[in-house]
Amino acid sequence: MKALAGGYARAKDVAHALDLLAAADGMGRVLAGGQSLIAAMNMRLSTGDMLVDISRIEALRGVTVEGGTLRIGALTRHVDIGTDPLVAEHAPLLVQAVHHIAHAAIRNRGTIGGSLAHADPAAEFPACVLALGGTIHLQGPDGMRAVAAEDFFVDVFETAIAEGEILTAITLPLIEPGERHVLIETARRSGDYALAGLCLVKRAAGHRLSAFSVGPRPILAVAAMERLDAGDAAGAVQALRNEIDPPSDTQASAAYRRHLAGVLLTRALQDLTGETA
Amino acid sequence: MTEAFRDRIDIALTVNGEPVEARVPAGRHLVDFLRLDLGLTGAHAGCEHGVCGACTIQVDGQAVRGCLMLAAQADGAEVWTLEGLTEQGVIRDLQDAFVARNALQCGYCTPGMLASIKELLDMGGVPDRATIREHLSGNYCRCTGYEAIIDAVETVAQARAGRITA
Ligand SMILES: Cc1cc2nc3c(=O)[nH]c(=O)nc-3n(C[C@H](O)[C@H](O)[C@H](O)COP(=O)(O)OP(=O)(O)OC[C@H]3O[C@@H](n4cnc5c(N)ncnc54)[C@H](O)[C@@H]3O)c2cc1C
Ligand code: FES
Ligand code: FES
Repeated sequence: MKALAGGYARAKDVAHALDLLAAADGMGRVLAGGQSLIAAMNMRLSTGDMLVDISRIEALRGVTVEGGTLRIGALTRHVDIGTDPLVAEHAPLLVQAVHHIAHAAIRNRGTIGGSLAHADPAAEFPACVLALGGTIHLQGPDGMRAVAAEDFFVDVFETAIAEGEILTAITLPLIEPGERHVLIETARRSGDYALAGLCLVKRAAGHRLSAFSVGPRPILAVAAMERLDAGDAAGAVQALRNEIDPPSDTQASAAYRRHLAGVLLTRALQDLTGETA
Repeated sequence: MTEAFRDRIDIALTVNGEPVEARVPAGRHLVDFLRLDLGLTGAHAGCEHGVCGACTIQVDGQAVRGCLMLAAQADGAEVWTLEGLTEQGVIRDLQDAFVARNALQCGYCTPGMLASIKELLDMGGVPDRATIREHLSGNYCRCTGYEAIIDAVETVAQARAGRITA
């Protein structure tokens, strides 16, 4: 099918983009990589949008270490996340995620900001940022604000981004000595959205575990984390299965997803300790 | 409509090395622009939601989905389609290998396959079969069963690396 857009404007900088959104009278829609939005427009799931194309705002692209955090610009593309040396050093979880996201041609244009703003419950980056305890930076007509990943993801395709706001960057804690990251998922075909997936982070302070594609948004599996900190792997698997409420759909039943999540946790733990199954 | 938003956008880009200027509707995606406005029917419009890969073309040196990029976004871009790549002879060896290996039947997927493979081969080295498969995971072929395509890519990669004479 063919997309029906209400209009298009290319933003020169963030201030211009915010002006355009304000002028669009509620019909404004940020266009970043377009790898979810244009697909939705082609399917007419979204029509009449006043597109604010932010994809050429250079200031929103790139990775830096600033003020003791890893700062990733919203427009940093999946392909660049996969090859950036600072990301490889401080957030290897994101590099692991890139290999599971879509296909090469889509990774060439899709952006991390778009992935977080889109908030597909099966997407990898939202769950990564949650497991890493990241912060999402937004800018709107009233200035900037920072939202913790725990408070950012609200529901299916729904986030804390308010009308007229733009996601500008993500910050993540710098890696500590001995910190380990594992992302594991099962998908039917390479590049498909996962049937279920997990992000496991081990720090001196304890474990952090997030699960994706097992509910309306990525969830932090706090009960399982507590069991992992206690060194109780079997208990963690059970706790994880209890604390998720996965959907049934044409891809997989809820029972299968719940089972799978437990299997994935066992494998992730083997990965973490370097044992093979 | 607000002054800043346009429902028709003026763009200037190069397509297959030739400068092109046009006025495009806001919702026009790049493949339709190439096919319907410029008559370049090499890239195909299949699923139009990013899944099949038939629309894959080269924009600013990278393989992209032509159905997931608006023509309006291609302002200033350098676009190459199968027509231009063929004319330049840059994938002649790959095209010959496709014929030799029977890596196409109906040919619907082929332009997108070639654009995706070009990007992989341009990275250099000899990718193993798993890497080739992974790189082509976003290009559907309903005819060949893929093996012949992987064979063709492997042959060309080896030949380019000087390991065998194709
Ligand atoms: C075939 C296919 C398979 C895919 N498989 C996967 C997969 O396995 N895993 C996965 O995670 N993703 C997958 N994706 C989605 C892909 O990762 C997208 O790139 C991503 O979801 C959206 O990023 P984008 O930059 O393209 O955003 P866009 O498509 O431009 O925008 C998506 C949404 O976010 C909003 N938005 C974008 N940027 C901002 C911003 N900075 N501030 C405020 N709002 C913003 C837009 O308004 C829109 O509503 C797939 C896509 C396709 C087509
Ligand atoms: S037509 Fe673009 S991916 Fe199918
Ligand atoms: S040759 Fe027919 S779809 Fe690939």
